[in-house]
Formats: sequence, structure tokens, C-alpha cells
Amino acid sequence: MINKKISFILICCLFAAKISQAIEPDVFVQSTVNRASQTLSKEISKEKKMFELQELAKETVDIKGIGLYTLGKFRKEISDEQKIKYSKLFENYFLKSFSSRLSEYSNPKINVISKEKKNDKYTIVSSILVATKDRPEIKIDWRIYTLDPQKPLIRDLVIEGLSLARTQKEEFASIIKSNDNGIDALFESLEKFVNE
Amino acid sequence: MKKILGFIFLTLLILNYNSSSNAKEVKDCFEGLNRATFAFNQTLDKVVFEPVAKGYRKLPVPIRTGTSNVISNLSNLLTIPNNILQGDLRSAGLNTARLTVNTTIGIFGIFDVAQQMGLVKDYRKEDYGQTLGKWGVGEGCYLVLPILGPSTVRDTIGILTSILGGDPWYNLTVKNDTQYFKDSDYYISKGTDGINFRSKNIDAFDNLEKNSMDFYASVRSLYLQDRKQKILNSNKIIETQDDSDWDDIQSN
Repeated sequence: MINKKISFILICCLFAAKISQAIEPDVFVQSTVNRASQTLSKEISKEKKMFELQELAKETVDIKGIGLYTLGKFRKEISDEQKIKYSKLFENYFLKSFSSRLSEYSNPKINVISKEKKNDKYTIVSSILVATKDRPEIKIDWRIYTLDPQKPLIRDLVIEGLSLARTQKEEFASIIKSNDNGIDALFESLEKFVNE
Repeated sequence: MKKILGFIFLTLLILNYNSSSNAKEVKDCFEGLNRATFAFNQTLDKVVFEPVAKGYRKLPVPIRTGTSNVISNLSNLLTIPNNILQGDLRSAGLNTARLTVNTTIGIFGIFDVAQQMGLVKDYRKEDYGQTLGKWGVGEGCYLVLPILGPSTVRDTIGILTSILGGDPWYNLTVKNDTQYFKDSDYYISKGTDGINFRSKNIDAFDNLEKNSMDFYASVRSLYLQDRKQKILNSNKIIETQDDSDWDDIQSN
């Protein structure tokens, strides 16, 4: 009987520990933003900043998921071999594009204001990029993938209602379509961008 | 007014209701011509608009804020009839009150006195393209207009509706020969509006261009998303994003 009680208590403790490890999506976003902001305000070279931002992105962004999403209908049409090649190319493209976009900003101030759980897989976190004298306040929504609550991941940024993932998807579709639906044209464009 | 309504109803006949509002594929029927016009506009932007916008951004903040307020105040003249056509009488009333107060006490809209008087600013610009969208008219093919930039068949018809008498500011300045305003007042206000918009987006545009492999496609996507958002009058992601796109993607 005592053994049963101890087992029950242990299970409860494990369950409680698992729950306590879950990271709230809004806390995750604010912490990610703070880390990016810290990097951007450091007095280090642009290359070093880009490297640190890329490391942060690898940890907090679902690069593989975004890559698959941006392929749109083509992800069901290409072979497994092409998928592997694409995933590698996309990761390099994403990291370069992401860090290059961010490194232009010096210490952006982003405040998380609310979150809305859509289902077990997604929570939308709303935030505000504080205005500067050169640009107005900007509303940014973060689509957070929460299938594993202990390791939330960013899947999209929606800036003033405009989805970056969707824009990327339509850009890729345009490149593929302009080249007679050939996925190789996209691979070439990605390679060219990464090597520039 | 009859002319405008007639024109709008004709549009409804030409464009199918909801013909593409849920379409996932972008309808770029004139892509070759659009890309050529886009290249022309980009050159014009590099030579004229961007340098002017950069110069404008160097003006003191109070001057830019005042200019932005005047332009925003003037746009009420187009927004109010569209509020009414969309059945949003509350916004029509609020915008009319704000326009009256800011044009008089606020000196042509330089100062937002209305807000201080409790007429809270929750202003969203409306135009005839948005009204048609609200009525369920599909966007039709994507178009790039010389100088004016991205549009759709529906939005272009919206612009034509304004010129055909739907925009009171256009009627006061260009269409009718009033003794108070000149044609140039209209063109200066529109030009300033464009420069004001461009100056607020210099970094964002540069960044987008630098990081795009197909800049034309990126701008097209952003424009179409923005218009959908404006027609819905919502900033909520849940209303503009189709979650099914993500459904079968599991990466962890």
C-alpha cells in the first residue's frame, strides 16, 4: 500500500515537473526578442552579430516547417531526395536572409502585449515594435508552434497583417512558375542568394 | 451620384461576386506587362520618389506630423462616403465630426483637436475598391499601374469611381471649377501622400528588395494581403490566414 502511495506521489511529481517545464508562448517571444535585442546592441562586428542571430534563429525558429510551408503545393510533388536538398538550401537561405534583415536594426524595442491560443498547436502572440522618429509604431503578430509546449517555435511573423511566410511562399511559387514549374529554378535562385 | 452608382453596378456585372476572394492562387493575368510597368516604376522611384522621400524625412518631426495629419484629414472626404456605402454609419458619423473639428479648429487638419475633444482616433482609410470588396466583388486580375503602383482590376475600378465623381476632394479641385481650389491642390496632396508613405517605409522597402529573390512577386503578395486585410477591417491574423496551409506540416 505504501509502495503504491509512493508511486502515485512520484507520478504526480513527474507530471507537475513536466507541466512546469512548459514555456508560455508570450514569455518565449519576449525572451527571444530580448536576446536578439541584446545581440543587436552589442558593439561587435556585423558578421559576429549575424552569426549570433543565426544561432538564435536555429534555436527558436521552426526553419524546417517554414521551408515546407513555403514550398506550397510543390512539397507534395517533389521527390524525397529533392526535399532533402531543398531543406538544406532553405535553411542556409533563411539564416542569411533573417540575420541580414535583423542586423540592419539597432536595438529595436518590442513589447509583447497579448496572446491568443488558437488550438494545441498554435498560439498567436501580439506585440508592438515601438515607434522611432523615422517610422511609426508597428504591430507584429508571432505564430508560435506549440505542439511541444516545452519547446515552442516561431513559424511566422505577421507585420501589420502581412505574413512573411506567406509572402515567401508566393515568391517561391512565382520563381517556380516562371520556369515552367521546374523546382530546379528555385534551387538555383536559393544557391545564388546564399553565395552572393 | 447616379453616375457613380451606375458605374459600380456595372462593375458588379463585370466582376463575379466572390470570384477570387478565397482563391489561393494569385491571378496575374498580365504578368509580362505588369513586370515591365513594375520595372518602370522602380526606376522612377529610384530617380524621383526615394530621394524626395529621404529629403522629406530630414524635415523636423512636427512638420512631418502636421503634413501627415492634413493628408489624413483630407482622406476623410473619400472615406466617409465609403463608410456609408459599407453600412458603417458609426464610423461615417465619427469621421464627419473629426473632419469638421480638425478642418476648422485644427487649422485644415494640422492639429488633431478632435482627439483631444474625445473623438477618439480609430481611423481606417476606405476607398471604392475596399467597398466593392466588402460587397463581395472579387479582386480580379492583379495589375501594376504606371506611377500609382500595385492594384487589381477591382481596385482600379475603385480609382476610376473616385475620378468619375466619387471623391469630393477631386470634385472640388479638378472636376469643378471652384474659386477656392486649383487642380494643382489635388495633385500636390496626392503627391505628398505618396512621399509621406514612402518616407515611412524607406528601410522596410530597401530591406525587402535586398532580401528578395523575386522582388516583384514579394510586392504583389504584400499588396494583395494588405488589401484583404483592409477590406476585412481587421488586424486579427485568424481572419486573414488560412490555417489549413500549415495543417500537414509537422517538423518536431
